[in-house]
Amino acid sequence: MSKYMVNLKINNTPIQVEEGTTILEAAKLLNFRIPTLCNHPDLSVAGNCRVCVVEVKGAKLLAASCATPVSEGMDVNTNSEKVRIARKHIIELLLSEHNVDCTKCFKNGHCELQELASEYRFGDHIFIDLVKDRDKVRDISSPSISRDASKCIRCQRCVRTCDELQSVSALAVVNKGDHQYITTFLNKPLNDVVCTNCGQCINRCPTGALYERNYIEDVWQAIYDPNKFVVVETAPATRVALGEDLGIETGVRVTGKMVSALRKMGFNKVLDTDFTADLTIMEEGTELLTRLKKALVDKDDTVKLPLMTSCSPGWVKYQEHMYPELIDNLSSCKSPQQMFGALAKTYYADKINIKAENMVVVSIMPCTAKKFECNRPEMRDSGFKDVDYVLTTRELAMMIKQAGIEFDKLEDESYDSILGESTGAAVIFGTTGGVMEAALRTAYEIITGNEVPFTNLNIQPVRGMEGVKEASIKIKNTKPEWNFLEGVELNVAVAHGLANAKQLMDAVKSGKTNYHFIEVMGCPGGCIGGGGQPIPTSAEIRKRRADAIYAEDMGKTIRKSHENPEVAEVYKEYLTHPLGHKSHELLHTHYKVRKRY
Amino acid sequence: MDQKPLKKIDIIFGWDDKCTPIQVVEKTIKKTPENIILDMIDSGLKGRGGAGFPTGLKWKFCRNEESEVKYVICNADEGEPGTFKDREILDKVPEKIFAGMTICGYVIGAREGYIYVRGEYNFMLKTLQQKIDIFNQQLHDMKVDFHVFLRSGSGAYVCGEESALFESMEGKRGEPRNKPPYPTVAGYNNKPTVINNVETLVYTSEICRMGPEQFKALGTNDSRGSKVFSVSGDTPIAGIYELELGMPLRDFVDEFGDGDTKAIQVGGASGHCVPRKKFNDTIIGFEGIPTGGSMMIFNSSRSMYNVLHDYLEFFTEESCGQCTPCRIGCQQLLKGIEAVKKGERPPTYLDDLKRLTATMKIAAKCGLGQSVANPFTSIVDNFREEIIY
Amino acid sequence: MTTTEVLIHDLVEKHGKSRNALMPVLQGVVACEKFLSEEAMIAVARELDLSAADVYGTASFYTFLDTKPRGKNIVRVCKTISCHMQGKDAIIKAIENHLMVKVGETSPDKKFTLLTANCLGWCHKGPVMLINDEVFPSVTPEKAIEIIEEFAKKTI
Repeated sequence: MSKYMVNLKINNTPIQVEEGTTILEAAKLLNFRIPTLCNHPDLSVAGNCRVCVVEVKGAKLLAASCATPVSEGMDVNTNSEKVRIARKHIIELLLSEHNVDCTKCFKNGHCELQELASEYRFGDHIFIDLVKDRDKVRDISSPSISRDASKCIRCQRCVRTCDELQSVSALAVVNKGDHQYITTFLNKPLNDVVCTNCGQCINRCPTGALYERNYIEDVWQAIYDPNKFVVVETAPATRVALGEDLGIETGVRVTGKMVSALRKMGFNKVLDTDFTADLTIMEEGTELLTRLKKALVDKDDTVKLPLMTSCSPGWVKYQEHMYPELIDNLSSCKSPQQMFGALAKTYYADKINIKAENMVVVSIMPCTAKKFECNRPEMRDSGFKDVDYVLTTRELAMMIKQAGIEFDKLEDESYDSILGESTGAAVIFGTTGGVMEAALRTAYEIITGNEVPFTNLNIQPVRGMEGVKEASIKIKNTKPEWNFLEGVELNVAVAHGLANAKQLMDAVKSGKTNYHFIEVMGCPGGCIGGGGQPIPTSAEIRKRRADAIYAEDMGKTIRKSHENPEVAEVYKEYLTHPLGHKSHELLHTHYKVRKRY
Repeated sequence: MDQKPLKKIDIIFGWDDKCTPIQVVEKTIKKTPENIILDMIDSGLKGRGGAGFPTGLKWKFCRNEESEVKYVICNADEGEPGTFKDREILDKVPEKIFAGMTICGYVIGAREGYIYVRGEYNFMLKTLQQKIDIFNQQLHDMKVDFHVFLRSGSGAYVCGEESALFESMEGKRGEPRNKPPYPTVAGYNNKPTVINNVETLVYTSEICRMGPEQFKALGTNDSRGSKVFSVSGDTPIAGIYELELGMPLRDFVDEFGDGDTKAIQVGGASGHCVPRKKFNDTIIGFEGIPTGGSMMIFNSSRSMYNVLHDYLEFFTEESCGQCTPCRIGCQQLLKGIEAVKKGERPPTYLDDLKRLTATMKIAAKCGLGQSVANPFTSIVDNFREEIIY
Repeated sequence: MTTTEVLIHDLVEKHGKSRNALMPVLQGVVACEKFLSEEAMIAVARELDLSAADVYGTASFYTFLDTKPRGKNIVRVCKTISCHMQGKDAIIKAIENHLMVKVGETSPDKKFTLLTANCLGWCHKGPVMLINDEVFPSVTPEKAIEIIEEFAKKTI
């Protein structure tokens, strides 16, 4: 049904838009930018900051353009005298409630309030400083997320993110009036409440109220320490987003430049988490086939199906809190980051003749939950902390700037070997559906000896930004040892963003589904939309990053994990075979039931 | 100017044994909904909560919405400082409220009506529920498909704002919503809803009882009928009075003042302060100063700084806190007058603050933040010296 | 189950599991326990399938849904303009002295918490105070103490 069209004028320019369009959206179509703070393209409309007010002819009140739908004959002025005065007042009020120590702020230069303030060129503030001492106490209890309430402008973007996108609601608005603020249950430290550390709140916080717990100085210290051998690993999704923080257009791959920059910064070896992504496929794929065999052949009804991926630490912690009854469905595989750390400080250290105790493993991640993950007590199977520091994509960009490296002028370089080689299947781990696609490329071939029946190996049904995706593959012409799978319809599902994961888990719990394998990524869009990625984020930005990921995959000569020669070498030299003794020791883990309340 | 001398009226609390509220319902629902709406529009009744929206139109808008489920809500979250008339109505003649709700339900096509009573009135819930039960039984016996329910608030002034009240009923923080959509389109549970003040609903049932003519004979062109006033402050006869609308404030002062009246705050904390020199040319009604019924009298012994300070403290605490102009604006106004009083800011800072209230008036999300300008400017303009020295 | 959990379970039975039931359930808990303890908020969150932070955020919006420990009787003295004009300060002072507490505090015997309130709707009969749900209009300092003493006797 075609929508009713509405005619209106914005700043005397006529425009026709669909009914239901907001004034803000209509203005954007005419290239009139209206400032916003509480508005975010991923979230419901709040209309509470009031920065976006505009004047509508004939109306007594200014309209919040983000929350006001257009109507026929509307005559809007986005920059009238009344609007300007009101907007200046509103920004100045926000500044009076905001701890304006901008030069000391971690978000300095990345703050939407700061930008607005600089646009409006306030001289002296007229209003009285209202920052409360109570709010100046920072919460750094979490290894992933830091909170500074004195920077909070109460736009509630974090609250809506945690609720609408992630179904966690760790943060809430409490009290009213001058006592209103954003906090956790009973104002407890973030590390003590149900929080998955996904960092989506950080991605949407317009100011410095939420930011990653940063380890930049620790990593520089390690690099400067002559007794330390510092190994860095980079996650798939960082290479398609890092450029955004370094003046490069969204969606441009900067893999080679990133490797070069890391080397110039002084890391001793630049390796790739993609390598262990391929390794994950070997382990997790085998785990899936083993579980299927136990269920279908041995009729073992204690086997938990569907198997669920465990690469995303935000998702894993969500499951531990919210669905402890499904905890055994999680793959026992560690995430690629942690597989990397465990192998680096054992196999790799031996191979390059470095003492594990002198090795520092730094991981560059699109993720804040990985910071928590590397601190889990289970993650010390090398005998040391397997991964020492996790830096977000954003922190890496800051360090590159600090090092005085002109990123856009760098020549492409390649990863070191071994633990540097990867396939297209590993790269696509960075976007929703990627792990599933990589697993299917390998599992199908193991079972049948043939490639997955999709053009160019691209398994389209598990791609795209749909919240929950489903696919079925009929297994045909199996090898003799897999003949119990002949004719079996392999049912898989993919979810990204924890609100979608919740929907999927509720379906699984209801018993009405028959999935064999489920991929869940904690963040919207998967890792490309991770809580450690450059800010801002939006569906459009995430799509461009995902496109870049798939382009990287297409550009790889090897696109199936089981064909990664370095993976084969590691099995041959060290691990023997997937799910073998060494694998169990180093690459697999267990989970912990956590309290929901 | 169209005006009427002060005259006491007895519609709201009067009782007609020959036509009790349930009988009013019985008689009224024999008419078509359209005719009842016409009567309401004809009567000129405007909402008695303060905003003054024509009641008949509100009902008509809601009736025109297509929806299986609609609601009638009685706003009994009377929180405006200086207002206590709804409590008296709830106590003395609640059946008239139920009747008004039932008639409204019949008109718009709603089967459920809710009375949202402020938490401060919890002491009356038990009696009220008993009366509701009797009324519901009577409706049941008459085969009228309408049921009255009782809900209570828990101490939040802003829940008197209609959309905040819906949020509260839905188990959320009482934060006002964006408008549009308006309640008649998407109110409680996002269904079409008529929300009327306690007093308004009583008038609707009274208009049905006595006919629109008798009602509209009272008052002026812009302000038909009478209204219940809550009179407090420096008066020997504080209490509740139903008066004809359109009276000059001078008449009111002569009747209720203590002979030394310096100013009257019309409409509660969110209303306007009228100084002595303006008593003669101020009309109480929609053409002059509209009011939810609060009339607070100050004599010359009162410091208007203290009065304003009290109001600002009230708004600072009772703002829901979500929107910038109201949450921070109220705090700035309060701290601002304190700073001027202490000499930390020059007297001209009051003008900066007045400009701020102009922004709050047009940019705050709801009526609470928008109306803080009323007491601020009217007190600062008329009693500037008292604020400074 | 603890007594609090039983109470909440019963309240949810009565009012339902929808979000719309949240206010009546919280009000029911406060009616019995005077405030919402951590345990109570968690139990409500669990019963209604909400996050604990969400329950806390909602409760803390409402003045009467206290989330801090309170005494067996809650005394609220109206502080808004009319009652201010009619002498609420003297009432508060008298009660503070009598109970040896400041506004916001609970007496050592846990029998009383003294609070102020915004307009209670008795402007013509101020100063007014509320003890639990009961209203006491036109109180004097002496009368206020007498009333509190009555409550003290009734409270074990």
